[in-house]
Amino acid sequence: MKSAVIVFPGSNREGDVLRALKSAGSQVEKVWHAETELPKGTDLVVLPGGFSYGDYLRCGAIAGRATVMDAVRAHAARGGLVLGICNGFQILCESGLLPGILMRNANLKFICHRQFLRVERNDTAFTRAYAKGQAIDVCVAHGEGNYTADAETLKRLEGEGLVAFRYSDAQGHITADSNRNGSMNAIAGIYSDKLNVLGMMPHPENLIEDLVGGTDGRGLFESLVSSFPKAA
Amino acid sequence: MKARVTVTLKNGVLDPQGKAIEGALKSLGVEGIDGVRQGKVFDIELGTTDKAKAEAALKAACEKLLANTVIENYRVELT
Repeated sequence: MKSAVIVFPGSNREGDVLRALKSAGSQVEKVWHAETELPKGTDLVVLPGGFSYGDYLRCGAIAGRATVMDAVRAHAARGGLVLGICNGFQILCESGLLPGILMRNANLKFICHRQFLRVERNDTAFTRAYAKGQAIDVCVAHGEGNYTADAETLKRLEGEGLVAFRYSDAQGHITADSNRNGSMNAIAGIYSDKLNVLGMMPHPENLIEDLVGGTDGRGLFESLVSSFPKAA
Repeated sequence: MKARVTVTLKNGVLDPQGKAIEGALKSLGVEGIDGVRQGKVFDIELGTTDKAKAEAALKAACEKLLANTVIENYRVELT
């Protein structure tokens, strides 16, 4: 599998994503935001976390309109896989690839902690290494992760099974305490209509090695790599 | 030509920053304030003197970047 990690001015998690993808067995290339094309044969595009353009205007707003995003939109329209993590999720919402928006955390605080997520379905390219309903341990670090959408969009996301992850406790139960940023329906990640675009606030790339305290994030990258036939 | 664009959150959209400011004003003893909503102001210099062109450019600026119309309204004033 070939992955392209898009780097915007202010991205700071591209190195971690690169490592996670490589360790799962993907070829990876970094792509600068001013490019107009993706590397030939790109299967997966990743928009990493960070603070693109200093979060000026709105988080992800300027990056969402960067020249490379036309190529990312075309890739997604062809059915290519796109993963946006944290600021990457904000960029996907701002660019129109995913509906809704990430608002300021309801408690106004930047949150940075370990968090369990419930995997809502495991029949997508991103989650097949997990079990449905499994609670996975990841990290969150964001000030604007409060997922918000209008009632109609929310109903559609729920009705069509497009919610990817929800903030939960260690048993996979959705509690008021587990949803610290105030996201509607405790949404931590959503898919596009065709399930080929995933945006999520937490950082699975943080926990891919025992050395740093956990490996629950590996499953996402292994799912992606196993979605493609092995290179000969 | 100059313009001022004001971007505000739509009614009903949670504005935690506005709420925090409202709370701070109350704790400072400023009386008579029932609510605060925070927004953004852009002062824009235009290279045209044609009002219609200016309005079209400002509308495009708002729709394409300055406002996220999912949650925000915008208002344009030419000065």
